[in-house]
Amino acid sequence: MAETIDLRHVSPEYAKAVDEPSILLTRAPEGELTARLLAPAFQGGPSWKLAFLITGGGTLFAWTVILYSVLAGIGTWGNNMPVAWAFAITNFVWWIGIGHAGTFISAVLLILEQTWRNSINRFAEAMTIFAVIQAAIYPALHLGRPWFAYWILPYPSTMGVWPNYRSALPWDAAAISTYFTVSLLFWYMGMLPDLASARDAAPTLLKRRLYGIFAMGWRGSSRNWRHYQITCLLLGALATPLVLSVHSVVSFDFAITQLPGWHSTIFPPYFVAGAIYSGFAMVLTLMIPVRRIFRLHDIITTRHLEAMAKMILVTGSVLYYTYAVETFISWYSGNEYEFYQIVVWRLSGPFAWAVWTVYVLNFVCPNLMWFKRVRTSPIWLFVISILINVAMWLERFELIVASLASDFLPSSWRNFTPTFIDGSIFLGTICFFLFLFLLFLRFVPFISISETKEIRHILVSEEERLERSGHARRTDR
Amino acid sequence: MRAGLIAEYESPELLLEGVLAMRRSGFVQMDAYTPYPIHGVVEALQLPRSRVPLYCLLGGIAGGTYGYLIQYWMNGFSYALNVGGRPLGSVPAFIPATFEATVLFAAFGAVLAFFGFSGLPEIASPVFGVEGFERATIDRYFLALDASDPAFDPDEARRILGDAGAVRVSWIPQDEGSEVHA
Repeated sequence: MAETIDLRHVSPEYAKAVDEPSILLTRAPEGELTARLLAPAFQGGPSWKLAFLITGGGTLFAWTVILYSVLAGIGTWGNNMPVAWAFAITNFVWWIGIGHAGTFISAVLLILEQTWRNSINRFAEAMTIFAVIQAAIYPALHLGRPWFAYWILPYPSTMGVWPNYRSALPWDAAAISTYFTVSLLFWYMGMLPDLASARDAAPTLLKRRLYGIFAMGWRGSSRNWRHYQITCLLLGALATPLVLSVHSVVSFDFAITQLPGWHSTIFPPYFVAGAIYSGFAMVLTLMIPVRRIFRLHDIITTRHLEAMAKMILVTGSVLYYTYAVETFISWYSGNEYEFYQIVVWRLSGPFAWAVWTVYVLNFVCPNLMWFKRVRTSPIWLFVISILINVAMWLERFELIVASLASDFLPSSWRNFTPTFIDGSIFLGTICFFLFLFLLFLRFVPFISISETKEIRHILVSEEERLERSGHARRTDR
Repeated sequence: MRAGLIAEYESPELLLEGVLAMRRSGFVQMDAYTPYPIHGVVEALQLPRSRVPLYCLLGGIAGGTYGYLIQYWMNGFSYALNVGGRPLGSVPAFIPATFEATVLFAAFGAVLAFFGFSGLPEIASPVFGVEGFERATIDRYFLALDASDPAFDPDEARRILGDAGAVRVSWIPQDEGSEVHA
């Protein structure tokens, strides 16, 4: 793009938006932009049907396996004593962690006025909500009798018993249900103007009515916009501590126990950094194919890829630092159990393969992001994001399983082998997640249309002003 | 906006000119309809400050108080649990759930206040009957003048809006007898 603009003469919003590479490359008229971004919601096709068939089949499979393990009991899993948490809690932590990038993008970057978030926030928030749904399945199943899952909630029961709020598990229930609810509210609020656009552009009466109901009569009145913007900002400000708290609370499940390898004060920041890191990887895993399939290169630009790659570098480095601290403290504390667990057992025990994979992948993947070539290449980023997802799953696996498998007394040590059911439920929830995500892509405007138009307006009006005043010397691109 | 004139503009800049022209003529009661928030227009309309943050704060205070007290009551009184001799009011242990309740209630406070102040949901409204209004969420900009404003003069307003570049100026349709628009 050959464009020379003297940045001294432009508004700060403009300078931020076009800071190489620009966050929006298209200058298409607003009507055209709207039609383009709404198109996936209005027209299906054979490839959609195929995609729904595959992921829907996987979802059906998942629920069949879940039904089986509920009917037969969780003896069908590989869990044992002392490895009682195993796959279920590994998957729970992994899914919850993935959700964090969505909230980070939509909330933290909103209050920091990072406009590049606009084209990807809807998308990332949807990922959060669907990931939290997957996560919520596991602790409920892990109870063995999921029909009693509501006992964790403080409701006035006839038994006269209340949950014990000195335990981390009711904290967890409070944190995750709040996280899910607030994310859903935030997601829906953000979607309101776009649902109204979908209503007004709908090709059939049925779609017009359906979108109309969900748009709640939104019509973009300035009074409403005024309340709307402040509400979104408030939700962003509320979700910011929330995103830091949820995985902290999840980490308390581990940290407040006495188990060597878990009993550590580094856990909350360690979990939060890992969560945001893995979440950004998942955003990339989902976004890169979507960007290509729907040809959105002018709306999700290299700038977005680069920004996310940098986030991965930052959070990955924090994560690696916590690995180092964890290892150092296990020696420095002089606690022989801690030292044995973290240094001897993890690095040379039966789970050493997982630990070393984690240490290598989580070092190499983020550090590749130092190279601009990697940061701007969708293929590199896609491959790296998959590797990060794998590494982060293994990290939770070794953290949970390796620690549980060897506590204080060697006589109680026991190894863990997953069963077919364990693996099937995990693969099944991946299908379920993708199924929900496809539903979202198919029926909801998945890129924020009003925010994209707002950015376009900032860019176009500033460029027109520059052209008039003769500050810019634009050559044709 | 229930009754009055509505003008359609092709760009936010023209809409802003319309708003400023009306303001110069002494007209106050108006509202703009735009596909995305336009800073200049919101300022030119001189709308009062949104009170959503107040309700968010109230929600947060209520949630935090309720969240803390209910835990204290549950674990300290209703079903008092002595865990290793720790005090029944275990302040640090009650903080996580208190925080979550604060955030949850504050979020609901903000969202409900937003819907309340915006008058939503309102699936049917006279303004939807305006010709071409379906583009208000896509790529057209509307300025509605409230007929109840004492300074409202339809002919004068039509002239001012037209001079400011309106594509079309029309009345907000009123269909009588419909309970939806009551």
